[in-house]
Amino acid sequence: MSGASPTEIVRFAAGAIIAHPLRSGLTSLGVVIGVAAVVMMTSIGLGAQKRVTDTISGLGSNLIIVTPLQPRTAGGVMGGAGSGQSLTDADTEVIQRQVEGAAAVAPSVTGMAQVTADGANWNTSIVGVTPEYLEARDLTVASGRMFEDRDARQGRKVAVLGPTVVTQLWGDADPIGKRIRIRGAPFEVIGVLGSKGQSSFGRDQDDLILSPLETVRSRIIGRRIKADSVQTIYVKAVSEEELASVQEDIDSVLRAEHRIQPGEDDDFQTQNLASILEASKAAIGAFTVLLAAIAGVSLVVGGVGIMNIMLVAVTERTREIGLRMALGARRRDVLAQFALESVVLSLFGGLIGLAIGLLGAAGIAAIGNWPFALPTWAIPVALGFSSLVGLVFGAYPAWRAARLDPIEALRRE
Amino acid sequence: MIQIEDLTKTYVMGEETVTALDGVSLSISRGESIAIIGPSGSGKSTLMNILGGLDRPTRGRYRFEGDEVAHFSDDQLADFRNRRIGFVFQSFQLLPRLSALQNVELPMVYSGAAPRARRERAAELLERVGLGSRMGHRPNQLSGGQQQRVAIARSLANQPDLLLADEPTGALDSATGIEVLALFQKLNTEGLTVVLVTHDRGVAAAARRRIAFRDGRVTEDVQS
Repeated sequence: MSGASPTEIVRFAAGAIIAHPLRSGLTSLGVVIGVAAVVMMTSIGLGAQKRVTDTISGLGSNLIIVTPLQPRTAGGVMGGAGSGQSLTDADTEVIQRQVEGAAAVAPSVTGMAQVTADGANWNTSIVGVTPEYLEARDLTVASGRMFEDRDARQGRKVAVLGPTVVTQLWGDADPIGKRIRIRGAPFEVIGVLGSKGQSSFGRDQDDLILSPLETVRSRIIGRRIKADSVQTIYVKAVSEEELASVQEDIDSVLRAEHRIQPGEDDDFQTQNLASILEASKAAIGAFTVLLAAIAGVSLVVGGVGIMNIMLVAVTERTREIGLRMALGARRRDVLAQFALESVVLSLFGGLIGLAIGLLGAAGIAAIGNWPFALPTWAIPVALGFSSLVGLVFGAYPAWRAARLDPIEALRRE
Repeated sequence: MIQIEDLTKTYVMGEETVTALDGVSLSISRGESIAIIGPSGSGKSTLMNILGGLDRPTRGRYRFEGDEVAHFSDDQLADFRNRRIGFVFQSFQLLPRLSALQNVELPMVYSGAAPRARRERAAELLERVGLGSRMGHRPNQLSGGQQQRVAIARSLANQPDLLLADEPTGALDSATGIEVLALFQKLNTEGLTVVLVTHDRGVAAAARRRIAFRDGRVTEDVQS
């Protein structure tokens, strides 16, 4: 025995929806809002994740950052990262000598200083580094040259400028060979860095001046730190696979160098960017799930709205149901018709919601200078979820319709 | 074709038990034209509902071409109504959103007929009841008599063995009523078994056999 074909049932369901366009639209609205909210939240969360990834990768790939850490004092107070002066040139050398798999080891010190040139002035970071710094931080020189070890040894007052500093001091003019004064001391501009643009946290990565480590330590930072002290040592591993082992080697080499006994706390810390990246991504991921779950609540509310209208529809169309049964519709045909009606309403809402959610997410991305991201799986998941909502909340009204007594139903006015 | 024996139907209405049919026995042969008459509450509508497979008896037997219909499952009853029975109701019972053609197609949708065959059959039936030019009209664009003819065309869709009409002229003026009755007579002369349920002696006169009901029992069963 053959019953009504699925196509016919779909046509019945669609016909009833089209018969009341306004009502159907309003019924779907709850799901529209729910799906739009979920899609938007997911997309924004992913955008944030992408942005953080870009920022952290922008610091340099395969990078390990070594910073001083003040050991616990007698009072148990912990100094902030970088507040100590436990790292020295000796540490840089020992890492260079003993850690295999370190492609570049770049010590640095940083201070803020006023820079003047040709009547203009600008306040920026002065970073004292060695030539390896470029490789460790994935920087390039756009014009001129980077200083060499020889410049550093001779204590020459040379500077490589970030593009922002150039713009601030001279506008478009070529700065190579010009003189600038940093804290009153004259420096010669020998190069300009390639632009790295803004970091996603809004910090201008081009607003800095590089100068030889020794020069910055003695001329800019002066007596506030010990003569051989460094603030940060950047170590670039030869490959991503080597990253963990290089980090371990640095730890053990520095513990030996600093004579730290087993059981004692380190007076330095090493962080690798991959682990920082993982931690930030995990945090943002958890936050995204939370936001999407809150948005998901509105999807459920939308489902309740559909159920409500479907119950009304079953009551309104009792006579139609009775007639269909008299003409030979089985209970399951009636059940399928009403369940499908609810699924189609919800799926329709899901499609509209998806479109609105994507547009909204793209709009926010454009306004907030935020990368737009949406995984392809979000589309089938959004549509699958809205169908499921329709099915779950349409089940009870459809069951009510299918249980009607045809005689009673036909008699209903 | 139909044998019913000791058919009883009781309803529980609150505290009271109402006996709508009280041990009715009768048989109907293929090709008969029957009017079931009686005042409201006499049990004639209950009998029609049971004959049409919309309802099950409380007690007794209902054999249709040898099948015991009283023992059918819900799905079997649905198929029985779909293939064996054609219903015509007093209030037409057309779906307002559908055209005349689509209304006539409806029983064939549930029997699983192919769309093309279904449409052709529906068009042919509408031609037969004289509505060939009104196929695309919706019920509210048709007169009462035309609507009832659409309903008759629909009842014939799956070539039923038995046409059951419940007060088919009740909502029509007398001239249109006569036309509709003439259509039933024509279908009957073509071999279809027709059972009309009415309280109107004049309508009943159109049938060759008249069965009168009162208080759930047969009081008269005459051939003319």
